[in-house]
Amino acid sequence: MVLTVDGLRMRYGDREVLHDVTFDARPGEVLALLGPNGAGKSTTIEILEGFRLRSAGRVEVLGVDPAAGDERWRSRIGIVLQSWRDHGNWRVGELLHHLGAYYAPYSTSTAPRPWPTGELLDAVGLSAYAGQKVKTLSGGQRRRLDVAIGIVGRPDVLFLDEPTTGFDPEARSEFHELVRGLAADQGTTILLTTHDLDEASKLAHRILVLAAGRIIASGTTAQLTELIAGEDEVRWSVDGQPFRKSTSDSTTFVRELFATYGDAVRELEVRRASLEDTYLTLVREQA
Amino acid sequence: MRTGASVRTGWQRGLIELRQSFTNGPELFSHFLWPVLMLAALFFLRHRDFGSTGFQLGALALPSILGMNAAMGMVSMSQQLTADREDGTLLRAKAIPNGMVSYLIGKVVSVAGGLLVDLAILLIPGLFLVEGLALGSAHWFTLVWVLLLGLVATLPIGAVLGSVFTSARSQGLIQLPMLGLIAVSGIFYPITALPGWLAAIGQLTPVYWMGLGMRSALLPDEAVVVEVGESWRHLETAAVLGLWAVAGLLLAPVVLRRMARRESGSKVAERRERALQRVA
Repeated sequence: MVLTVDGLRMRYGDREVLHDVTFDARPGEVLALLGPNGAGKSTTIEILEGFRLRSAGRVEVLGVDPAAGDERWRSRIGIVLQSWRDHGNWRVGELLHHLGAYYAPYSTSTAPRPWPTGELLDAVGLSAYAGQKVKTLSGGQRRRLDVAIGIVGRPDVLFLDEPTTGFDPEARSEFHELVRGLAADQGTTILLTTHDLDEASKLAHRILVLAAGRIIASGTTAQLTELIAGEDEVRWSVDGQPFRKSTSDSTTFVRELFATYGDAVRELEVRRASLEDTYLTLVREQA
Repeated sequence: MRTGASVRTGWQRGLIELRQSFTNGPELFSHFLWPVLMLAALFFLRHRDFGSTGFQLGALALPSILGMNAAMGMVSMSQQLTADREDGTLLRAKAIPNGMVSYLIGKVVSVAGGLLVDLAILLIPGLFLVEGLALGSAHWFTLVWVLLLGLVATLPIGAVLGSVFTSARSQGLIQLPMLGLIAVSGIFYPITALPGWLAAIGQLTPVYWMGLGMRSALLPDEAVVVEVGESWRHLETAAVLGLWAVAGLLLAPVVLRRMARRESGSKVAERRERALQRVA
């Protein structure tokens, strides 16, 4: 296991923000921590990054407790931070080259570090901006630079906290492609947090739904949808009069509909219970 | 080998930042602003005598200002640390192996390097402006040790201040006491002319001793009559600056580590929120 979290708890004074969070991740797996704001996603990821001390529970990242991780451990972890205006006067290529140098002492024959600047710029689509100052980049370009900085050391684990906040749809889809490629080509284990269900289902092999400090469901998109028996919605009309029915077995219902009305059934629509409905049901049950 | 690598990346970082500070408008402006203001002050002081000593204020002030400027590295250090924490530069350093150590080495290199350039910007035209410096018999060795010891005394204190103040705004708070310290440190007017209790406060600061050290290096030996006890007090200079250095070097790692431990993505996000609200 690359990540092991067992009985993780976090308390701030009297307020408990994480109760008994437990999950793990295999090499090359992409895991999404999905939940509404304030669910404890950032706290969880910051504990795994070694940026925050937990109150109780066992946490291991690459077999090491993040609270006691040394620099060698750090060299195998990638963190994609949300940049704002740091390193504004640095040139894109210069910054990547400089930050890569920190990983050179940790290079191994299986994982040559750092990722050569030119190749990395290509991989994130920033080659054309290598000589430009960071502060002149657009929001989307900056986020791609953030990703590049996160992976310049060829990490075994990559953490992304709300990676696409403020993206337009095009930047978002480019970003998704980049992350999928990392997991597939580099075998990087990825943990990302998001409150966007669509993003979680597009990117992750497995989704953990976190609400009010608890993991209330986990599984693939299909498993999650099945987990809560969401009802499909069937709409149709007969003789110009519209009808609508919610059912957990839409196939049987529609077959009977045709058996009864035959060709008189018009404007038939079957809407499957979406993951979004499932998610909202789950989160609402917690509240 | 690890330490060697940190020193190397830190050194590179410092040089890159130093170069940047001389290749972008706003920072270039601030490099020249103070030296030019100081030169203007010197211009008006150059023919004024200090009492009946026969020494001109301009000649007394130029080395003092050099010492003061060197001591102000403390303020740049503090401001840059706060700014870097606010914008997430420090968090990035924390996220990479040996990043914090290299960051600090880089900061010392860029701040100290910037200071040395600033001192040259002031000293070279200053030499043409004021008369009465003893350049022929200048004690360059004294100049170098006072400068280096002064930097070791002031930069760690600056780092401590930078860790204590959490926003660029609160940084403004240290400017005022700093000006007060300069006023009582015998930079623009000899400290012997101040009331005893003010002079005593002045002599607790590194600013006074760095000014004194610079005067002892660049003024003719007779100028010593202007000083407290008519002595350059090199031993005391080394002792006071040494004490500041020891205090700073003991305190800075503790405070910096505490500050670094608290950095996280959500902390930076909070500060960004607050800063954006201020703008709006």
